[in-house]
Amino acid sequence: MNAPFDWIALAEFALIGVFSGGLLALIALGFVLIYKGTGVINFAMGEFMMLGAYFFYTSHVMWKLPMWLSLALTLAAVAAVAALIERAILRPLAGQPVISILMATIGLASALHGVVDAVWGGNNYEMPPLLPRKAFTFGEILIPGQVVWSFILAALIITAFTLYFRYSRTGIAMRAAASDPMTAYVLGIDVRRTQRLTWMFAGVVGAVAGIVVGSMTSLSPALGGAALGVLAVIILGGLDSIAGAIVAGLIIGVIESLTAGYLGGKVRDIVPYVTVLLILLVKPYGLFGTRQIERL
Amino acid sequence: MTDILQVDNLSLSFGGIRALNDVSFTASKGEITAIIGPNGAGKTSLFNSISGFYKPDSGRVVFEGADISRVAAHRRAEIGLARTFQNVALFRGMTVLDNIKLGGHGRLKSNALSAMWYLGSARREEMQLRSEIERDVIDFLEIDHIRNQPISGLAYGLQKRVELARALAMQPKILMLDEPVAGMNREETEDMARFILDIQEERGITVLLIEHDMGMVMDISSKVVVLNFGEVIGSGTPHDVRANPEVIRAYLGGGHDKVVPTLTEEAAT
Repeated sequence: MNAPFDWIALAEFALIGVFSGGLLALIALGFVLIYKGTGVINFAMGEFMMLGAYFFYTSHVMWKLPMWLSLALTLAAVAAVAALIERAILRPLAGQPVISILMATIGLASALHGVVDAVWGGNNYEMPPLLPRKAFTFGEILIPGQVVWSFILAALIITAFTLYFRYSRTGIAMRAAASDPMTAYVLGIDVRRTQRLTWMFAGVVGAVAGIVVGSMTSLSPALGGAALGVLAVIILGGLDSIAGAIVAGLIIGVIESLTAGYLGGKVRDIVPYVTVLLILLVKPYGLFGTRQIERL
Repeated sequence: MTDILQVDNLSLSFGGIRALNDVSFTASKGEITAIIGPNGAGKTSLFNSISGFYKPDSGRVVFEGADISRVAAHRRAEIGLARTFQNVALFRGMTVLDNIKLGGHGRLKSNALSAMWYLGSARREEMQLRSEIERDVIDFLEIDHIRNQPISGLAYGLQKRVELARALAMQPKILMLDEPVAGMNREETEDMARFILDIQEERGITVLLIEHDMGMVMDISSKVVVLNFGEVIGSGTPHDVRANPEVIRAYLGGGHDKVVPTLTEEAAT
């Protein structure tokens, strides 16, 4: 009665996992940017995604503006919201205990949720598909087109940010301000400006991810919860490492996909966390995280 | 000699601790002024107040005739105050060259987006900055051979020199050096002293120096300000300061007449 093992299915699950890991890595990048730049874990990351998707839906579907214009408007609007949040909520909390700041971002998440619920209601909206749906075939393996294109898009954005941080002057200044704000100040770097910029970048990243996720599934306030699934990714990768976000995104993507494929969707959310837990036992700072040494 | 920097009645306290108490001094343009004093005398607090990290409770800082007491730290860097730190404060993950280029950051005008495209004026500015840094900083401080190395692998003495390079790249009017030769050996100290003298003599940059190496302080400074417990207890030429009885007392302790009674009191209880 033993059917031969279906290697094709395994390869398909694994590949889908790798490709869908791109989007996870993109969302993780949003977390990492803010953590690296300002030392805050932003639990409202998912709400940036949600806002991005709703803004885009409003301008593209409801106002019928062209796609590129809608995209530009959406990114600008989410960046503005992120800058406002940084100014109004995070900056006054600078120097407060980490736990207070954390709670503030959680509160911010529910507030944004409430706003979206009040403005757009709790209904599901259908977003038009943005990415080509034509499936990719690799021999007998079939990968949905949207998954592949979302991966390519995520890879492009992540590459662009990496280059920006490595080579552009503002990018280098942002890295400097992140690693040692006091010294950065003395060099004439406006640290408050780089922190604002960090939040704006994270907002843009979140908005893109939100639009893509929304267009692949559907649009409801539940989209905000999507980013919480990415917590496993950033913890695994190490909170302050972009490389970690990429690698961990792909790993979690594969784990999720294999779990969903073989064990069913119900356990899909559990297995990544169990895996992360096991890895953290061995590497408490994640795969690429900076080891913190406390001097006493 | 005109004063480029003037500190007037600066006081600063942290809770109940008075870090600075009514500190006043001036630094002459183009000269080396040293600030000395025992550990905890308030030297670094004074530097932090001048560069804008600490907001003094009272008093003011006057730079080139203008009161800059309310100017933000990064703006003070832009108008010509550069400094180094007691503990080397380089960005360890970056190369020597990136660190030094950050020193030129405040002088460039292009914004986040134009720098992103790396076009037009941003590109021109960048090229100009690079050649300036090559000539005036990297060659000058003889660190050409390590320019592309990451900071973390460098010897301590070289790290201190890179930090000086970064401050020089800011094209400062006043260079504030917080213990530039601490922890260096004799040879490294002499190299550093030579660089500091060159900076002052060839470039006419005013130098403000905190240092414990008395030999170096006395050799290169034209004026010495002595702090103890947050107060100025003496200032003048190295020669005057060396002969000042209060300064000698601060450095050598209170003398036997004070020490002995304390000891006997303690023994009695």
